[in-house]
Amino acid sequence: MNAQKKPSKPKQSKQSKPVPAAEAKPCSPGEPFIEVIDLHKMIGTQEIHRGVSISIYCGETLVLLGASGEGKSVFLKQLLGLMTPTSGTIKIAGQDISHLKEREMAPVRKKVGILFQNGALFDSLDVAENVAFPLREHGERDNALIRRRVQECLDAVGLGKHLHKMPDNLSGGMRKRVALARAMISNPQCLLYDEPTAGLDPIVSDSINKLIRAVQRDFHVTSIVVTHDMKSAYHIADRIAYLRHGQIYFIGTPDEFRQRAADGDMVIDDFIEGRSRENGVKPAGEDTPA
Amino acid sequence: MTGAIRALGHAVIQMLYYLGQVAQLFVEVLRSLRVSDFRYKQLGRQLVAIGFGSQLVVIVTGAFTGAVFTAQVYFKFSELGLESAVGALVCVAMSRELAPVMTGLMVTGRVGAAMAAEIGTMKVTEQIDALRSMAVHPVDYLVTPRAIAILISMPLLIAESITFGMIASWTIAVTLFKIPGTFYWEHLQTYMALEDIGIGMIKGFVFGLLIVLVSCHQGLNARDGAVGVGEGTTSAVQISNLAILIFNFFLTFLLNMFWPLGAQY
Ligand SMILES: Nc1ncnc2c1ncn2[C@@H]1O[C@H](COP(=O)(O)OP(=O)(O)OP(=O)(O)O)[C@@H](O)[C@H]1O
Ligand SMILES: [Mg+2]
Repeated sequence: MNAQKKPSKPKQSKQSKPVPAAEAKPCSPGEPFIEVIDLHKMIGTQEIHRGVSISIYCGETLVLLGASGEGKSVFLKQLLGLMTPTSGTIKIAGQDISHLKEREMAPVRKKVGILFQNGALFDSLDVAENVAFPLREHGERDNALIRRRVQECLDAVGLGKHLHKMPDNLSGGMRKRVALARAMISNPQCLLYDEPTAGLDPIVSDSINKLIRAVQRDFHVTSIVVTHDMKSAYHIADRIAYLRHGQIYFIGTPDEFRQRAADGDMVIDDFIEGRSRENGVKPAGEDTPA
Repeated sequence: MTGAIRALGHAVIQMLYYLGQVAQLFVEVLRSLRVSDFRYKQLGRQLVAIGFGSQLVVIVTGAFTGAVFTAQVYFKFSELGLESAVGALVCVAMSRELAPVMTGLMVTGRVGAAMAAEIGTMKVTEQIDALRSMAVHPVDYLVTPRAIAILISMPLLIAESITFGMIASWTIAVTLFKIPGTFYWEHLQTYMALEDIGIGMIKGFVFGLLIVLVSCHQGLNARDGAVGVGEGTTSAVQISNLAILIFNFFLTFLLNMFWPLGAQY
């Protein structure tokens, strides 16, 4: 969206705001789109992030790995200002969002789409209305165009025939895919996927992975994908980051990731192989890299 | 002793904190009216749910309150030979106190609870986060349309309640207690004024605001899953009802300063 002026006169804003058509100018490759510097997050007394620093570059797909409960979802939420960091800096497209107020965050949020881990569909709206929601809210009034885009996006996730079901009547995997369509429909510059393929069958998973790839290739979307599925991680990742004990334990290309495991890093090797330690400690347990 | 004082101080601070939060929500609603596009569709939906949907319960409450109050007043007044004044008393009391308060309590139970539960469920299932992630302020989308809808509906519902209360009162008085209709009407015209209904409607406006702010606040701050939503809903109803009764007391005195009871306009 270019130049988000907050409409003081609603009438103007209601007229022809163009569809956020692929967000016209994507950021130039090589520049960080998201920059996180020394992020700390406490919830209650629990320290979730203890100094996470990471940059996600324009157009790249970063896969974020980490044991369950490590704070991957919390991390994504902080990127959108849905949760506030205890300390540290988060920059989206060059803008520091850590001190923005709720309403000031709107322009940033329009650039970024998120797929929530549980879908978070609006249960008072049917599938088509859910998917159309971001378009309508970003000012699109052309119903024919909205319908066409909704159909396209639902077809892309294989749900073109379920337009008028209510979210409550969908299976878990279908809900996920509707949420994915909703996240993608406004062609944001950046997409955050929280476990896009969890709970999907292998074939649909594969098609979703291909979709993520295609979106990245065609629209140069910057993405962060949280997943537990190593197969899709290798398939879609430009880089892999591994979150452990509230810090970035590893970041590098998929090949470097595998190499690290082959070099005897037990933490990563255990994660890849899905091996728990005999004493019941999870892979991200007490052991330090060899 | 110090323990008791400390506990009291804590309670007062909690109370002030709560009031501050509700006031903040109010400010946010005002801001939302200024900066965000108005959501007519949401407003329509809420008007139907709040205004249209509450009619039956409001009419029944109003009618039966009017009828039963007429009966009680008649039993006492007939001992004093004041039967024909029954109508005036009942209708003024209906307009100024009974209809607004009864309607307020009824709407809280019907609408306030639904608001708290619906918004609370959205909160704990991350739907509120989803709204925010799409650059939609939850107050713009959820609270403001409800606030407008209830502010429009409450005064009208109260007028409706008063009307049906008066009709019921008249019917009971004339048919059951054989008070001559002309006397009833005569006294009513002498002792009641349109301002009495106006007072009821002003109260309705205030009660509506209390209900929507308290209930939406509970919803937006729901936590801890289904149990939390349930607790939030209970609190919303409790706090709204108490607030209505307390505000009603002070409003009565305040409004009486402008339109004193029994004055001839
Ligand atoms: N709203 C909240 N209130 C309190 N604690 C929370 C909240 N949200 C998350 N947490 C805590 O933060 C930690 C990280 O949670 P998070 O959901 O980010 O994990 P995750 O890495 O996404 O795990 P998974 O892979 O299972 O989804 C957990 O210990 C969780 O209990
Ligand atoms: Mg998660």
